[in-house]
Amino acid sequence: MSIWEYANPVKFIRTTDVVLPWISVAAVLCLATGLVWGFFFTPDDYRQGSTVKIFYLHVPAAMMAINAWAMMLVASLVWIVRRHHVSALAARAAAPVGATFTVIALATGALWGQPMWGTWWAWDPRLTSFLVLFLFYLGYMALWSAIENDDTAADLTSILCLVGSVFAILSRYAVLFWNQGLHQGASLSLDKQENVSDIFWYPALVCIAGFVLLFVALVFLRTQTEIRARRSRALLARERQA
Amino acid sequence: MIALLLRDLRLAVRAGGGFGLGLAFFLIVTVLVPFGVGPETGLLSRIAPGVLWIGALLACLLSLDRILALDWEDGSLDLLATAPLPMEGIVTVKALAHWLTTGLPLVLAAPLLGVLLSLPPGGYLWVMVSLAVGTPALSVIGTFGAALTVGLKRGGLLLSLLVLPLYVPTLIFGAEVARRGAEGLAVETPLLMLGGVSAGVIALLPFASAAVLRINLR
Repeated sequence: MSIWEYANPVKFIRTTDVVLPWISVAAVLCLATGLVWGFFFTPDDYRQGSTVKIFYLHVPAAMMAINAWAMMLVASLVWIVRRHHVSALAARAAAPVGATFTVIALATGALWGQPMWGTWWAWDPRLTSFLVLFLFYLGYMALWSAIENDDTAADLTSILCLVGSVFAILSRYAVLFWNQGLHQGASLSLDKQENVSDIFWYPALVCIAGFVLLFVALVFLRTQTEIRARRSRALLARERQA
Repeated sequence: MIALLLRDLRLAVRAGGGFGLGLAFFLIVTVLVPFGVGPETGLLSRIAPGVLWIGALLACLLSLDRILALDWEDGSLDLLATAPLPMEGIVTVKALAHWLTTGLPLVLAAPLLGVLLSLPPGGYLWVMVSLAVGTPALSVIGTFGAALTVGLKRGGLLLSLLVLPLYVPTLIFGAEVARRGAEGLAVETPLLMLGGVSAGVIALLPFASAAVLRINLR
């Protein structure tokens, strides 16, 4: 029993078919609980008022936007090294999801920034690096859709993902150098005693879990779709030849 | 490799005018900026370093698809790939030829256009230095983008979408050097960073470009 068994598309589909409903239900439950809890059953912040509640969408979306790219990086490496098609397709499936999370993080941040900072947008390092990350997602997806041959597309996009990761990190530090920030520092980290008050922290944790599950469910679903689409194309091609 | 370099240079200078095109584009962009933002000297001299950098970047971008596309169409890229040269060497030479035909003229033309934008006197040296250090990185990154899109019919637009995010660090540090130089501040830190980005990109990215080109020629 090893993880490489799931490199077999049939095995992958069979397993995810079993797991997918559970993950989806869990994702919906977590998101519903976390958001309702966060929006209606937590007190307002004493300075930010009720605007603080956008935190329950903003932070998990931003986390998953970065983690989705990291997942694509791992999947690309697996494709380059071991050439498992499921891995390449999973990377492809994750890109639009990650891009959407990036947009959610940017949009909720803008909605919060308008009353709090007095501006929708500031050229703050974090905001700027997220915008650059979004551009990377766009380029990655555009390259996937531009190339007809599936294997070539997988090869080229995985190399773009590797190179892009290096440049994304470079840009992250370059913009830190370029402009001082308006955005607060990391409000959630593992090595602090208390990040935010527990009363905000528990619903936030549930929301983060919900976003992770949602991401996994969407990637599984989209990878399955890709596999089935590719199989039907192969069947059609065989039919035409016969 | 030298023969390939000379061939590329000759082709760029003689046939098809890829040589002057980038330069003319650079000129036009910088001439258009005062029309856009108004002719006020103080404002122009403040934004001049940034405008020169943006102009150089766009001029560089304009000529990227010529790096490999012509050789791809007439099949000489296949011949080069079967030649005893390593692919890494080929892409490096291509990038070098691109830099010599677009980057270097841009560096030399920048002070002239600086006059048009009333760049402060202290800025000329640093604009040239920052462009001289930064434009090789632009060429090398551009060659990577060109290698990615070489097989595509309409790769030009996609090429810019892929390459522009990769230009962010170079642009930030390069424009910062030029701005600080123009304002008479210390330029060492951004200059060292820019040099670091350039050196790292020149050393490592040809391997990625070569890998991509091999995939595309498969």
